[in-house]
Amino acid sequence: MTARTGGSFILDDPAPLVDALRADGWRVIGPREGDGAIVYDEIETAADLPRGFVDEQDGGHYRLRESGNDRWFDYVVGPQNWKKWLFPARQKLWSATRTADGFDIDPEKVEFPKTALFGTRACEIAAIEIQDRVFDNGDFADAGYRHRRENTLIVAVQCARSAPTCFCSSMNTGPRAEAGFDIALTELEDGGFFVECGSDRGAEILDRIDATAADAAAEEAAQAVTEQAAQMQMRSMPENIAGLLKDSLDHPRWAEVADRCLSCANCTLACPTCFCSDVEDVNDLSGDHTERWRVWDSCFSLDFSYIHGGAVRRSTLSRYRQWMTHKLSSWHDQFDTSGCVGCGRCITWCPVGIDITEEAAAFAAEPAEPADAGGLET
Amino acid sequence: MAKLKLAVWKFASCDGCQLTLLDCEDELLEIAGALEIAQFLEATSAIDDGPYDISLVEGSITTAHDAERIRAIREKSKVLITIGACATAGGIQSLRNFADVEAFTSAVYAHPDFISTLKTSTAISDHVTVDFELRGCPVSKHQLLELITATLAGRMPRVPKVSQCTECKLNGTVCVMVAKGTPCLGPVTQAGCGNLCPAHGRGCYGCFGPKENPNPQALSAQLADLGMASRELRDFYRTFNAGAPAFAEESKSHE
Repeated sequence: MTARTGGSFILDDPAPLVDALRADGWRVIGPREGDGAIVYDEIETAADLPRGFVDEQDGGHYRLRESGNDRWFDYVVGPQNWKKWLFPARQKLWSATRTADGFDIDPEKVEFPKTALFGTRACEIAAIEIQDRVFDNGDFADAGYRHRRENTLIVAVQCARSAPTCFCSSMNTGPRAEAGFDIALTELEDGGFFVECGSDRGAEILDRIDATAADAAAEEAAQAVTEQAAQMQMRSMPENIAGLLKDSLDHPRWAEVADRCLSCANCTLACPTCFCSDVEDVNDLSGDHTERWRVWDSCFSLDFSYIHGGAVRRSTLSRYRQWMTHKLSSWHDQFDTSGCVGCGRCITWCPVGIDITEEAAAFAAEPAEPADAGGLET
Repeated sequence: MAKLKLAVWKFASCDGCQLTLLDCEDELLEIAGALEIAQFLEATSAIDDGPYDISLVEGSITTAHDAERIRAIREKSKVLITIGACATAGGIQSLRNFADVEAFTSAVYAHPDFISTLKTSTAISDHVTVDFELRGCPVSKHQLLELITATLAGRMPRVPKVSQCTECKLNGTVCVMVAKGTPCLGPVTQAGCGNLCPAHGRGCYGCFGPKENPNPQALSAQLADLGMASRELRDFYRTFNAGAPAFAEESKSHE
């Protein structure tokens, strides 16, 4: 078959696509069932995919159960996200060895085989595009991140359902991915997949598969699938939240949420756009060998805001406020976009179920007087 | 430059933390090469009266005699570092702090009048100034090596006070509390163990004690929603770090 960007096809199941990717030399990372959740790990065949599972999500609550049908992708996003692969939790940057007259530096070479991110959802594509701006903004590029992204192919799955924690519709990031993928799959209501080709690289893969061209009815059916997912969404983000938060720095709501917040950092570490890291140096006992590592960090840790003499944000209140105002407000000033894609992970994976949409709604319901920055709690 | 003198001391404890030092198999010779081991009864019967550059102190204070002994050790030590939950929080034996010690001794011993003990088991830092506390029951070998290495290099050891959840997320461990409803102390417990229990599907037992500004009240409310009774909540906080103020206070609120 001859595929081209913008073309669409029909496929019975995802197996030939996984096989074609691997035959073309791509490592395939995709959803798998692991420890009672959907995790992202290497898959060898479509049989590794968690077919027939569906998730149940709410604030601080996640259960994966068998759906009773044989649909492939009825679960939505789980605890992990693609930054695990593109922006690893721990990276060695370089090592150094003492010499007779100084020291030698040995930069760490980033090894990232060409990798297909299989089953990426619309909100996750939006999150990857946000991290692209953070790590590679034209003026500055993280060489390791750029290398990994250049070797990445995205096979999207368009969502057929939403969890109660999903709010991508209100963030304009989903549930239908319009771009940002090489190939996209929509699992149709009556079985079979509507396949969209989003790039020349995607076309090269699709050329290896025996698929039939899709007709207008199939395209309509695919649109209906994501439309149905959008209509299932129960949560949303107030449209004016960015401006609202700027005026709410002294709002009494911060103290209420700080009472419930564990400052455990789960929200930031589960978030697909949070990008903060710490750099640590380690040396061996002899002091002759040193390594520099980059490790995920969180604005919820005390050391995160440590400057000479102490931490700037000592209270949980100030840390929650920093996270939420950065994510939803000052991120726009910094990166021309919200830092939130509406995936709902921070809601589900908060051990006590703090809900960012509920907090945002509270600020919208009772807007505060503009803040007096001099009196802010640290 | 002369080698720094290291002393290792034991108070009320099980010896597990000081044995972690001997457990540094691959690095042990290097440690012995970098430091002069002046006092370490688990390893050598040779005794040097000090003073010492570094004292590692294991165990809690449970007798008047030990309360005196730690002061003498402090006076002879340039740097005093406590290792393990007993030394940093009073250990499992701090359960006595919530009960009547005399009732215990009269029930257990034929001659309770032979027993001379304090009513409480307390952390070393309740008695003398401590330069650094290394948490854990037992301490982590990795953190102990980092502590020794950093002390030799004259830098602060890298021992984050963040939550155990941080270790779960960095390791890709699925949250047992959210995904299975398993009670877990991870959100209020300091990281450092190497993610032992959650990585094996168990909730965190709090071996490394309270994290930096912990919020056990908020966690308890959620644990109660998951079905824990008040007495279970009380006992949940009363294990190896029962005497740590944040855990002690929270456990008392569920009495």
